[in-house]
Amino acid sequence: MQGITSELHTGRAKKRSLWLDIGIRVIKNKAAMVGFVILAVLILLALFADVIADYDTVVIQQDLANMNQGPSLEHILGTDEFGRDIFARIIHGGRISLAVGLVSVCFSLVVGGILGALAGYYGGRFDNIIMRCMDIFLAIPSILLAMAIVTALGSSLLNLMIAVGISNIPSYARIVRASVLTIKDQEFIEAARAIGGNDFRIIMRHILPNTLAPVIVQATLGVAGAILSTASLSFIGLGIQPPAPEWGAMLSNGRTYLRSAWHVATFPGIFIMVTILSLNLLGDGLRDALDPKLKQ
Amino acid sequence: MYKYIIKRLALLLPVLIGVSFIVFTIMYFTPGDPAQIILGENATEEALANLREEMGLNDSFFVQYSRFIINAVQGDFGRSYQSNRVVFDEIFSRFPATLQLAGIGVLLSVLIGIPVGVISATKQYSFFDNTTMVFALIGVSMPNFWQGLMLIMLFSVWLGILPSGGYGDWTYFILPAITLGTSSAGSIARMTRSSMLEVIRQDYIRTARAKGVLEKNVVYKHALKNALIPIITVVGLQFGYLLGGAVLTETVFSWPGIGRLLVDSIKQKDTPMVQGLVVFIAVTFSIVNLCIDILYSYVDPRIKSQYK
Repeated sequence: MQGITSELHTGRAKKRSLWLDIGIRVIKNKAAMVGFVILAVLILLALFADVIADYDTVVIQQDLANMNQGPSLEHILGTDEFGRDIFARIIHGGRISLAVGLVSVCFSLVVGGILGALAGYYGGRFDNIIMRCMDIFLAIPSILLAMAIVTALGSSLLNLMIAVGISNIPSYARIVRASVLTIKDQEFIEAARAIGGNDFRIIMRHILPNTLAPVIVQATLGVAGAILSTASLSFIGLGIQPPAPEWGAMLSNGRTYLRSAWHVATFPGIFIMVTILSLNLLGDGLRDALDPKLKQ
Repeated sequence: MYKYIIKRLALLLPVLIGVSFIVFTIMYFTPGDPAQIILGENATEEALANLREEMGLNDSFFVQYSRFIINAVQGDFGRSYQSNRVVFDEIFSRFPATLQLAGIGVLLSVLIGIPVGVISATKQYSFFDNTTMVFALIGVSMPNFWQGLMLIMLFSVWLGILPSGGYGDWTYFILPAITLGTSSAGSIARMTRSSMLEVIRQDYIRTARAKGVLEKNVVYKHALKNALIPIITVVGLQFGYLLGGAVLTETVFSWPGIGRLLVDSIKQKDTPMVQGLVVFIAVTFSIVNLCIDILYSYVDPRIKSQYK
């Protein structure tokens, strides 16, 4: 009896150490940590944006006497065409980008994950119907789909999240389905069924946790994609409307002043790039950590 | 093989019907009155009502959709609300510009991406590997539209040596092609490197080396050939994506391709144009995918036997 208990204990200990192992591998990965630190700084800047610069008086208040000024001590990244401080607008814009990125990915993850799990688990005709629907969505490039949806719904923060979210559902559905397919015939699932677990319990407790690895990687990279989509939509005038600060929209405004004020279009773009870069670094690190055979 | 191609093309039909349904639904719920768009701001209420009746805009959603599908099956997507041109005439007049840009962009990205990926993999963790992979990651992370603007600022505004946008002789191709090429090159280089790394550790590579095969031949004949499948996939996906109109790059460089046409049409609620374009893009994308699958069978004969 004691033997069995200790075996159970070691079993548990092993299970815990798997995630601990992954954590340690991520921490040891220098590139992933660089990504993590940059991302943390960006998130902190976005969280404390109000403390650093007041929204009403600094971010959207125009000051035409100071328009298009280059970087200086007073305005470290210069001012835009309405004399507003670009750094203040960028960190407030970070709130929008990060929020859209996170919320839309959660949305696509939940909807796509459920659809993919059901399709993979039940298979047959059900699987066919869901996945053929997903194929239809995949045949339309996601940015075009998001453009059309946001035009139909009207441009607001929520609609932007929905549009970007819907357009990315199929990729999550496919990933989750593929992982479910590899797991559902394994013995521990059979065992769970044999002791009387119902489908809901089997999917939620046994299958989904085992599909997490690819999903986490895809979600991290997905946030980067969603941030890029948001900026792209705003760049062509379909996203967040002025005077709200949005990176893509700021960049688009800067186009007119490429000759006289280089900094207006340059800095928002650098922030978009750095954010995406940090998420890519972290995503790559997570992938290596979750699948150690890739990195030998 | 032919059977397989025909089967795949037949499967395209339900996808296209689905695509058209989604686009139709989205455009149906987009605010804006087509009659107003055609007749302009100054049209009388009576003229608007007549046109709405004539266009069948007062019919129910399903009646309108059925009419659309019946016409679409016969290849008739209607006329653009804006230019009054037949939708597919307009698309075919714009597509060559997109095709040229996509072709040059992909060529550039392959010429940069594959050699960089191969050298990086054969010299893993070397200075070359580390530096190029950082650049590849930056290339992947850089928004196309921003890179385009920076190139315009540098080469058109400051140096004044290249045109900032529009369509014309070869000089007009340079900046948009670099914009598209470098970001695709980043993903191709990354994929080539990781695919090569997996192959290069296989036993048959060691055997080839042990036999005394030249390193050059080991890398290009034995390793790269077997690492090609994922690389082809990425190249194909990039090409398909670019053929669908690199929406943002075309916008930045005022390129007269289908990407920009689509942005303008969506903004102006030019429903027939949007429908035609999205269906056209879905078809090109699917055909590119089919070509990739066919290409697989030439690269890896084992795959050919699965195509029935």
